[in-house]
Amino acid sequence: MTDISLHRGIAPHRIGAMILRYWYLLLSSWPRLLELLYWPALQVITWGFIQYYIAENASFFARAGGTLIGAVILWDILFRGQLGFSISFLEEMWARNLGNLMMSPLKPIEFLLSLMVMSLIRLAIGVIPMTLIALLLFHFNVYALGLPLIAFFCNLIFTSWSVGIFVSGLVLRNGLGAESIVWTLMFAVMPLACIYYPVSVLPVWLQYAAWTLPPTYVFEGMRALLIENTFRIDLMLQALAINAVLLVASFWAFLALLRSARKHGSLLSGGE
Amino acid sequence: MTENEQASSRPTVAEHTSSAAIAVDHLVKVYKQTRAVDDISFSLPRGSITGLLGGNGAGKTTTIAMIMGLVLPTSGRVQVLGHRMPEESAAVLGRMNFESPYVDMPMRLTVRQNLTIFGKLYAVKNLASRIAELADDLDLTDFIDRANGKLSAGQKTRVALAKALINQPELLLLDEPTASLDPDTADWVRGHLERYRRDHNATILLASHNMLEVERLCDRVIIMKRGRIEDDDTPDAIMARYNRTTLEEVFLDVARGRANGTTEAAK
Repeated sequence: MTDISLHRGIAPHRIGAMILRYWYLLLSSWPRLLELLYWPALQVITWGFIQYYIAENASFFARAGGTLIGAVILWDILFRGQLGFSISFLEEMWARNLGNLMMSPLKPIEFLLSLMVMSLIRLAIGVIPMTLIALLLFHFNVYALGLPLIAFFCNLIFTSWSVGIFVSGLVLRNGLGAESIVWTLMFAVMPLACIYYPVSVLPVWLQYAAWTLPPTYVFEGMRALLIENTFRIDLMLQALAINAVLLVASFWAFLALLRSARKHGSLLSGGE
Repeated sequence: MTENEQASSRPTVAEHTSSAAIAVDHLVKVYKQTRAVDDISFSLPRGSITGLLGGNGAGKTTTIAMIMGLVLPTSGRVQVLGHRMPEESAAVLGRMNFESPYVDMPMRLTVRQNLTIFGKLYAVKNLASRIAELADDLDLTDFIDRANGKLSAGQKTRVALAKALINQPELLLLDEPTASLDPDTADWVRGHLERYRRDHNATILLASHNMLEVERLCDRVIIMKRGRIEDDDTPDAIMARYNRTTLEEVFLDVARGRANGTTEAAK
């Protein structure tokens, strides 16, 4: 896999080959498929009942129906989007297949694009049933959010890809010893992204940090939509601008880590 | 032919380098305090089979990894099929391939699925018939629809070889190609490699600890020790120089620091 000619000669057939590889893998393993469905379903059921309970006991939450279920669905898009990206990458490390790919004509940008497509596929398998459970059990129709949902989704998935690209680079450089970062880094975002509470809850100095994260804009936007029936397009555009910077920075970091891995011989070991 | 005419008909260094399948020039790789590869230079003509010999830690795998572009040299240059590595690797990766015990094929995928994916990555034309041809050549037909993880070591090696040959490479890099194979299968693999080189005029560089394999397959042997090239010649010339009848004896002489069967310490 060459890091030269990053933007030149991107070959759809190579991206297609990698997607086919992950698709074969998903179909060959029912535990992998089940795992995709299991946690999102568990999440939405738990938070759905919490929402019910709070709504019965607090008038604000009765008015703001769906903010918790909506938040958990959007959080899952963010978290599972990154996991869907990173787990496909980790599959190559676990299978000791990375050397084969690195030596093939596959380019880093093609590899990353295939991981992005796979994150969407894995997300669809996990999140679509989750939204149906929310609809059937808790009468919360996330699709009723309409066009804003597309803006929320795009911003969250872009952030998840940025994090996924960066942590994949870390694993590439440091081997599977860095695997735990894949599972935990997104949780570092959680308190500042203000998933379940408004940014105003944070101390003022921490709010500045919160507004550097695109998901903060999305969750604020979701609350504005559900509570005030207002679509804050300004928030979405600001999130998009930050996401553009994050995507470029994460790709640059991935290439730098790939180069460092080549320099230190990590691609040969790949272990801990 | 006059001396001048002879000189002008001789290839220049640049021509020689660009026509060689592999040209390694003053290659050095330092990991922290360790010089894994220490200023080595060699050039392999197209259509040749060269054996890279040396004990564990001699620098064989690092050398091959630098040729493949998986490891960046600390200094020195590598050219593969006329292109600098890794800067111009996009121009050559589709024309070369490799097999190594350091990598595996995905275990849950069947042999056919794995070969299909790599065939697509290498843009192999008429892929289905190429896979059928390889299955026939390498005797994969009985287990082509079995998961790679359920194959025996010998079957996996044949599958890895099929992957290495899927794009009919001009240059094949092999790291221990017959390790963990029984003698019959190993002999059969060697025969296949010989035929492949002959039929495709392919260049093969193989690292091996199997001296009989190297004697049988290689036109030339490069012996490495502690990151440096200890000797570089045809197997017969090297054996004659060390006054030995097998490469295994030469290998032991080099590993134990003996020249012509005499220990340096004794000298």
